[in-house]
Amino acid sequence: MKEEQVVGQSVPRKEGHGKVTGAARYIDDISIPGMLYGATVRSQVPRGVIKKISFDEHFDWAEFVFVTAKDIPGKNCIALIGDDQPCLADGVVNHPEEPILLLAHPNRHKLRKAVEAVWIEYEPLPAVLTMEESEQCSQIIWGSDNTFKTFLIAKGDVESVWGKADYIVEGEYTTGAQEQLYIENNGVIAVFDSEQGITIWGSLQCPYYVHKAMMALLNLPAEKVRVVQAETGGAFGGKEDYPSIIAGHAALLAMKSRRPVKIIYDRMEDMTATTKRHPSRTRHRTAVSKEGKILGGEIEFTIDGGAYATLSSVVLSRGVIHAGGSYYWPCVRIRGKAVATNYPPHGAFRGFGAPQSLFAMERHMDRIAQAVGLSPVEIRRRNFLKPGETTTTEQVIREEIDLGKFLERALVLSDYRAKKLRFTHENGGGPVKKGIGIAAFLHGAGFTGSGERYLASVVGVEGCADGTVRVLASSTEFGQGTNTVLCQIAAEALNLPYKYVQIAQPDTNQVPNSGPTVASRTAMVVGSLVRSAAIGIRQTLAAEGLHGSYTPEEFKVACRRHVAEHGELRSYARYDPPAGVFWDDQKYRGEAYACFAWAIYIAEVEVDLSTYAATVEDFVALQEVGRVLHPILAKGQIAGGVAQGIGFALYEKVVWQNGRMQNGQMTNYIMPTSADLPPIRVFFEEMGNIHGAYGAKGIGELPMDGPAPAIANAIEDALGVRFDSIPLLPEDIFEAVSNSELSETR
Amino acid sequence: MIGNSKRPGKCEVSLTVNGEPKTVRVYPMERLLDVLRLELGLTGTKEGCGEGECGSCSVVMDGKLVNSCLIPALQVAGATLTTIEGLALGPRLTALQAAFLKCGGAQCGICTPGMILASRQLLDKKPKPTLEEIREGLSGNLCRCTGYMQIFEAVMEAASGNSQ
Repeated sequence: MKEEQVVGQSVPRKEGHGKVTGAARYIDDISIPGMLYGATVRSQVPRGVIKKISFDEHFDWAEFVFVTAKDIPGKNCIALIGDDQPCLADGVVNHPEEPILLLAHPNRHKLRKAVEAVWIEYEPLPAVLTMEESEQCSQIIWGSDNTFKTFLIAKGDVESVWGKADYIVEGEYTTGAQEQLYIENNGVIAVFDSEQGITIWGSLQCPYYVHKAMMALLNLPAEKVRVVQAETGGAFGGKEDYPSIIAGHAALLAMKSRRPVKIIYDRMEDMTATTKRHPSRTRHRTAVSKEGKILGGEIEFTIDGGAYATLSSVVLSRGVIHAGGSYYWPCVRIRGKAVATNYPPHGAFRGFGAPQSLFAMERHMDRIAQAVGLSPVEIRRRNFLKPGETTTTEQVIREEIDLGKFLERALVLSDYRAKKLRFTHENGGGPVKKGIGIAAFLHGAGFTGSGERYLASVVGVEGCADGTVRVLASSTEFGQGTNTVLCQIAAEALNLPYKYVQIAQPDTNQVPNSGPTVASRTAMVVGSLVRSAAIGIRQTLAAEGLHGSYTPEEFKVACRRHVAEHGELRSYARYDPPAGVFWDDQKYRGEAYACFAWAIYIAEVEVDLSTYAATVEDFVALQEVGRVLHPILAKGQIAGGVAQGIGFALYEKVVWQNGRMQNGQMTNYIMPTSADLPPIRVFFEEMGNIHGAYGAKGIGELPMDGPAPAIANAIEDALGVRFDSIPLLPEDIFEAVSNSELSETR
Repeated sequence: MIGNSKRPGKCEVSLTVNGEPKTVRVYPMERLLDVLRLELGLTGTKEGCGEGECGSCSVVMDGKLVNSCLIPALQVAGATLTTIEGLALGPRLTALQAAFLKCGGAQCGICTPGMILASRQLLDKKPKPTLEEIREGLSGNLCRCTGYMQIFEAVMEAASGNSQ
């Protein structure tokens, strides 16, 4: 018997040794003999017809390999949800940086010069560069009405509430694009063999997404496509869908040249050409009673999807479901719309629509508080969802959640009340103003609605010939701790020490499809499957005499014996939707998520009116995420997410010009450094939870949702000026303060 | 004219890397980062931005922390370098590496080699740094995963000697 439980312990990160010694192999650390390097010639206009492609005749083009859309053996698309996005532009371009032509050469330096020696002439077409222009439809750039997707959530009779309202509070809130800024840029290596087909090694989140995309693009059967994840240096959603594009490019070059091809983006190419968080606009109109209770309201949530549909419909879905926040709405109408523009497609980024709509909700709560004359604390307390009540999709809250209690604890931890008083008192004279702000929110774990049922994920657990155990899943590690947590769960279920369990490298030839590593689903959904599969191993060995409480040595002996006799010992588990769960995809009604994680975040800020720079001075992050499987990893997820949220609010601004990102460098797109961040103080509330393996809910995305509204609320508290758009760089704060002074003097 | 420009020829550069003398034939303006990764096979040094902002390519050169993406090969002639591969000799981790593992200072791991070298330089200068000194001392090395808190804890832990 092992001495203590594995789950709940901060065991060493499985791949940690390689990471602290430099031995870990990321994609650019891998080299294959005879390998060429690939590069991409991209569109320089937001929209146009390609008139002519010409090559500088003075350039030495010997040894170069060229690929255009004509070389694609299958369908010229990146198969994802839809297939509207071409792998290579064919005749027309719809956004800046759209790939048009691919080059490969043995010499990296020469390749860079070659890209500049290709000239493309365009007949420009008018580009659509705002959501409003897209909605006006004066130029149709996608489908019949520039609309990728709409959703409507309708609960109760909203029309009847306006007459009963003591206050009607309106607001419009916007958020900007945000770059994922993983420190390792996108990269892949493709190897083609006419017998075995294509093999892709890459920095990626979802091996089976790439697998599906390669089958369609290259016209290959499933068994002739193999996708392997290399060690991945951060992703945050940015390597969910994009790797299918860069993998497609390397694969096409490899097929044409019959040599291995590596494509590694440099930082500017990665920032300007790949996906970002969707910019958003949310409008609220809320009926409120004089007691400060929300009676009902309308919410309109619109996101800018960029030029192709990619994941916008799913981002929109999560955005609209989270738009009502952690509050009870007797009736509500939420309209969501994802529109097309001529920007590079926006994509997945931690939070996936929720940080956008929750920013609006939590800013709007402070506005409602002001209208009614209540404090930000009291307005939230009076409207929190309670057990037995329903969310905007009419999902019944079955957990014994007490958000009022969480709020009170967060107020104490942040010393909110004393600070609030002190800041009001001290903010008079000098240029430095202080403020404190709250965000209360929730985040649904796993795929939305019927998503997990459609995915039908499979996980395997294998007892090996040497008696150790291996987890087989396509779930990827990119820093969050997938390897560690899934091994912990298997060890716990098999009653073995953690060191006896390893996890296979995600390789579509070796592991089943456990679904994409997204949506905060890995610990909860995939973890449950690991546990079920591990129990299957236990049952098999029990039938052969390994009963009750065995020692690890006894397990090893039984495992070895089984493998010797039967060739292998494997157990697979497939996702089985829980009984009685109702979700209506048409009406967007029912159980949107298996469960929600809940949180209260409190930010203390300082704004220096001599520089107009805002800094966060203290940050309290209190959350309920079910059982904490690994305290250090969990704390790291929260602190890292909060840091990205602080960046979203105060530092990270994408500057666009004619559809192209102008600041695609780390020198001018600024993410928080160690000197910019406050102490991020992380606290967990643990409740018994029926979901997930050993009670875990999703955790990864939650911390992205709360920091921005808490910070904007704190800045308003400090300055008495409304801030309804992020990011808030010094020039933005200056502008808002100047405008408010201007309107006061009128 | 593109493609016809005469590049200066390769030259021999001798240097000491992780205690071993090395001689490489490289172009004078080649980046130290590429010399380490491509010529010497030391891929533990990572490229994040290629312009000296992120610190992923940090190495120690003659006792100073430098961004190897900004150093031309010619400049390292006769220099003594330490890369991440030069810290743990054999399977035993240094106290600092062990502290990064224990405290959660490494998540995706791509900034980790640079971050560990920056931390080592900091501890060499200030064996018992304050939190403020750590915050400032590591501000040239970007980490997108951790929010830095557990990196600070790792440096504190190593400074306190608990991970020895």
